[in-house]
Amino acid sequence: MTPQLRTAAIFGAMTISMVGVGYASVPLYNMFCRVTGFNGTTGRADEAQAAEVPVYVDKTISVRFDSNVDRDLPWEFRPEHPTDTVSLGARDMAIFIAKNNGSEPITGTASFNVTPVTAGRYFKKIQCFCFTEQTIAAGEQVRMPVLYFVDPKLLDDPDTRDIEEITLSYTFHRTKNGDTEG
Amino acid sequence: MTTITADNAPAGHEHLQEYDHGADHKPSFFARWFMSTNHKDIGTLYLIFAIFAGVVGGAISGLMRIELNQPGIQHLVLWSQFLGEEGSLTQAKHLWNVLVTAHGLIMVFFMVMPAMIGGFGNWFVPIMIGAPDMAFPRMNNVSFWLLVPAFILLLGSTFVPGGLGNGAGTGWTVYAPLSTAGSAGPAVDMAILALHLAGASSILGAINFITTIFNMRAPGMTINKMPLFVWSVLVTAFLLLLALPVLAAAITMLLTDRNFGTTFFDAAGGGDPILYQHLFWFFGHPEVYIMILPGFGMVSQIISTFSKKPIFGYLGMAYAMVAIGVVGFVVWAHHMFTTGLSVNLKMYFTAATMVIAVPTGIKIFSWIATMWGGSLTFKTPMMWAIGFIFMFTVGGVTGVVLANGGVDTYMQDTYYVVAHFHYVLSLGAVFSLFAGFYYWFPKMSGKMYNEFLGQLHFWVFFIGVNVLFFPMHFLGQQGMPRRYPDYADAYAHWNQIASTWGYSIMLAGMLIFFVNLIWSLAAGRKAAANPWGEGATTLEWTLSSPPPFHQFEQLPKIA
Repeated sequence: MTPQLRTAAIFGAMTISMVGVGYASVPLYNMFCRVTGFNGTTGRADEAQAAEVPVYVDKTISVRFDSNVDRDLPWEFRPEHPTDTVSLGARDMAIFIAKNNGSEPITGTASFNVTPVTAGRYFKKIQCFCFTEQTIAAGEQVRMPVLYFVDPKLLDDPDTRDIEEITLSYTFHRTKNGDTEG
Repeated sequence: MTTITADNAPAGHEHLQEYDHGADHKPSFFARWFMSTNHKDIGTLYLIFAIFAGVVGGAISGLMRIELNQPGIQHLVLWSQFLGEEGSLTQAKHLWNVLVTAHGLIMVFFMVMPAMIGGFGNWFVPIMIGAPDMAFPRMNNVSFWLLVPAFILLLGSTFVPGGLGNGAGTGWTVYAPLSTAGSAGPAVDMAILALHLAGASSILGAINFITTIFNMRAPGMTINKMPLFVWSVLVTAFLLLLALPVLAAAITMLLTDRNFGTTFFDAAGGGDPILYQHLFWFFGHPEVYIMILPGFGMVSQIISTFSKKPIFGYLGMAYAMVAIGVVGFVVWAHHMFTTGLSVNLKMYFTAATMVIAVPTGIKIFSWIATMWGGSLTFKTPMMWAIGFIFMFTVGGVTGVVLANGGVDTYMQDTYYVVAHFHYVLSLGAVFSLFAGFYYWFPKMSGKMYNEFLGQLHFWVFFIGVNVLFFPMHFLGQQGMPRRYPDYADAYAHWNQIASTWGYSIMLAGMLIFFVNLIWSLAAGRKAAANPWGEGATTLEWTLSSPPPFHQFEQLPKIA
């Protein structure tokens, strides 16, 4: 191999690996968002983790629920109560009501985030209808729960300790194939 | 900076290579220009291509300035009818987006990059390091001819549906979801494929330059003796190799999102449109340095030549470019300050962005220090180079303003941003291109350009672009948003000045350029091997003007 070809091979390989970096950024970004709560990505916790969280009865925070439907989805979708006041660390259940106004069963997936976006990492869901796809029969109405808590560590973070209200927003989309975690 | 003894071509002698008849044996017209493997011919092809694309891109900006001359939508409806549409208001507005997109993509990928890297890089990098040609001459040919179908694809996309009307109306950034769910029809697919081809062309070119510079330097031409233009192309080639593949990946994801049901950037399937912006700007920010670094290199050669002094702080100049390249990869999110970044991230990206002002400042001050105490002659290339320093500094200062995350919340997507990037590109990169063109025109063509027309071109163009772009600072600070064909009446005054005066004066300057170009090619005085005198020390001035078809069959030795 001439020195020229060797140099070209090295830098050709570098080019291809940068394409790989481009694609690798998709799962890495997803992981990064989930770990850091970047851009309002909410956290997940299981029952055991949730049980260990101390409850600050006198520290409450207001949680607002926002619901949206993608324009090509003939569903109604709303929270049962638009706001809730919860103690930090305490588990709370919110109910969302969805109705399929279409003439055939439709499967939907909800995307979600919270604002202020910095609160994402402290907003933990234990159970959520958004973890899985939801299929609703034509004309059927369903009640869907979200079980969540707001981590009291929120108080230790200078970016979030002054937050008094968190908005949890969902948007239902017609399910496409692809990664439904997020 | 270095003393050169070229064995077969001592400086200042015009008929040196005549003993070597093989060196000037040129193939027939078709073989020479369509199957070319000669770096100088390919460089010429790139320059012709860039001038053509520049005319198209410049004409599009003229259409936009005509529409922006007054508030309201005056001409777009008619123009959309020219393209065979019904001419509804929606289609007219879509046409505006198409014009903005085409102007951006053409100027970036088909004018500045081909001229700087493909044109001047091909012409002068091998000569400046004392190499007979590029490392892979046939790959060089492939690089150029990939660009032609890319340009045809982009222009062709204007005539096929792209959402609300014909053409790709996504902006040069091709953000999802506008470019995915928002633009049905083949136009955006064609534009994306055009980017793929142009990107492949640039990547092949970059590998070619790196291989040439690393392996084919003449004896004694160590890395730290290379002319700064060669340094600038080397750094640019690295940026291309690291940035363009990421763009290729991102726009491939767009293509599969559009056509094959993937959901990389679609929240309905767990994707995130913001990820596209990260990927795009991971490419896009280095891209702006790709467009300016070869200009830095050219300006360094020119300032040194016309000051009759070696460049001040040669190593500092070279490594400042390396530093700009490296830091340029870690500042991308300053294009995304309003996408909901946390305060800490904004602080990091603000600070990192401002750090780039340090190596850039080193370059500006070193150019001034080179001129300081020099024996200056203000020939046309020098005028453009000094104009470059002046205008690029203005653009750099507004860049430091915009680097502030807090300020950017206010300035994002206003005309202030438009003013900023036109000062660094349209007045920075383009001035350096003209500087390089006038500097090397005698070498490339063997004819002298007309000095009077060159000076006139400079002054008319200089006044024109400043009248055109400086008022955009005011419009931006008053809150006029980018990318709209219409605006509130309060913005009419400065828009009218930019359109009627700025654009017209600039256009007059360009006409002078073309008159000069044609006159010089037809009737220009014959150029000496070195028309610039003792200040021009790089190897291209040791060859005849124009250089022989093949140069350096015996390698020059650099002492």
